[in-house]
Amino acid sequence: MLAMFDYEFMRNAFAAATIVALVAGSIGYFLVLRGETFAGHALAHVGFPGATGAVLIGISPFVGLSAFTAIAGIGISLIGERGQRDVAIGLVLTLSLGLGLLFLHFYTAYAGMASSLLFGNVLGINRETVWILLGMAVVTIVALGAISRPLLFASLQPELAEAKGVPIKPLSTFFMIIVALATAQAIQIVGVLLVFALMVAPAATALRLTRHFVAGIALSIGLAVAIVWASLTLAFFTDWPTSFWITALGGAAYGLSRLAEVIRR
Amino acid sequence: MSAIEFENVSITLGGRKILSGVSFAIEQGRFVGLLGPNGAGKTTLLRAILGLLKNDSGNIRILGAAPGRGNAAIGYIPQWRHTAAQQNFTGYELLLSAYAGNRWGLPIASLEDRKAVEASLERVGARELARRPLSEMSGGERQRLFIAQALTGKPELLLFDEPLISLDPAHQRSIVELVRDISREQNITVLFSAHEVNPLLRGIDEVLYLGHGKAAIGSVDEVVTGPVLSTLYDTPVQVFRIDGRIFVVAENGELDGHTHDHSDHTASESL
Repeated sequence: MLAMFDYEFMRNAFAAATIVALVAGSIGYFLVLRGETFAGHALAHVGFPGATGAVLIGISPFVGLSAFTAIAGIGISLIGERGQRDVAIGLVLTLSLGLGLLFLHFYTAYAGMASSLLFGNVLGINRETVWILLGMAVVTIVALGAISRPLLFASLQPELAEAKGVPIKPLSTFFMIIVALATAQAIQIVGVLLVFALMVAPAATALRLTRHFVAGIALSIGLAVAIVWASLTLAFFTDWPTSFWITALGGAAYGLSRLAEVIRR
Repeated sequence: MSAIEFENVSITLGGRKILSGVSFAIEQGRFVGLLGPNGAGKTTLLRAILGLLKNDSGNIRILGAAPGRGNAAIGYIPQWRHTAAQQNFTGYELLLSAYAGNRWGLPIASLEDRKAVEASLERVGARELARRPLSEMSGGERQRLFIAQALTGKPELLLFDEPLISLDPAHQRSIVELVRDISREQNITVLFSAHEVNPLLRGIDEVLYLGHGKAAIGSVDEVVTGPVLSTLYDTPVQVFRIDGRIFVVAENGELDGHTHDHSDHTASESL
């Protein structure tokens, strides 16, 4: 089994997937807690035209992707809780995929890019990308750590937090920017369409299984890391896509947590 | 120095005048029932005390200072909006997350935080209760927990926004008696909003009645009378006292809690 580490691309894939799992597990926990998973899902889609548009004008797709998700994160937090938020987010989501399709149409040389952007291509990650991901991960996790206490308070008891002087709106915008950066990283592993599996499945499972915050966040991160490691290993031996395994194992973990809850009752 | 002092205060929200030239003062250590029909401005008044709303005119003094967000001397129970009810977290975890939740950094409670939370859980007799997840608690148990939460950190003033909603009479009574005892033994001022006056009768020192932008304050016997309420609501109001219970009857039947549906309460009160 250790033979898979003889390959440079497998070592890079494991490093990148581990870094992203740490980010997705911790940020996903707050995303699920706040009931903003759909917003996270939409952010990922906005990355698609960002990446394809960047390629079109000759800059790195990673830069375009991160910039677009960050702007969308600010936009979503500004929509706030006002009416028809779901509709607005859903329309932005489909418009993004449409725009991405248009940009790809203009840049036919990169036909293979569509598939890796949409579904991820973790086995194609190079050493340089691993370092970029590591840098972004440090920034995201430090930022989340700095706001995590008031964020937790504001997520659970917003009215009380407001009265206690927590700056609710700036905090929520700042969190969405963090989510956007995390999403841009997760896209490198599982692609635009499947970010939900990595950001939401481990966190939602952890929230069902624990009654304590710190244990919950630790479990969420642990599950995310375990899922990507298992998925890479399975992908290596079955030759099936890694992203498929991540969605399958994420779904299985969540399903088992619900089953465990039913049995406990 | 009064704990709460309103001097000719007017507040407008969304073009509607909620309070218009309201003046009253509440002494430290008093337990005051805040009453009035839906939309009379009970929540607005509490939010103004918390510094979440600006008054158009007049002067508000809270514990001798202008109102300001994040006043550590105020304990607050907002209206229950089910935010945390579905969660798996234990009551203890919820209180830890809220205590000092306005500090930056990681949500790791210090020993001091834990001691403060445990002390107030002890005071309301909720230590055992707080080990259970919120999703498995009854409404009365949750309110007991929220009283502990409001008490954490030695407040001088407690603001409770309709904590009796959807509780049965026995739980209403035990909550009111608990708040009365805490108020007396620690000399804490309590402003406690409610739909109707009866559940509060065993606890409160005074009532503050709101209606038509105006306020009337005093003992129950002084304020909950036909003449005072008729003037306040600008409509003929009759008050009957039967067996120690008080029945307030207005011509349009809209004054006290018996007549309207509780389910629409949150929407109308948050105006």
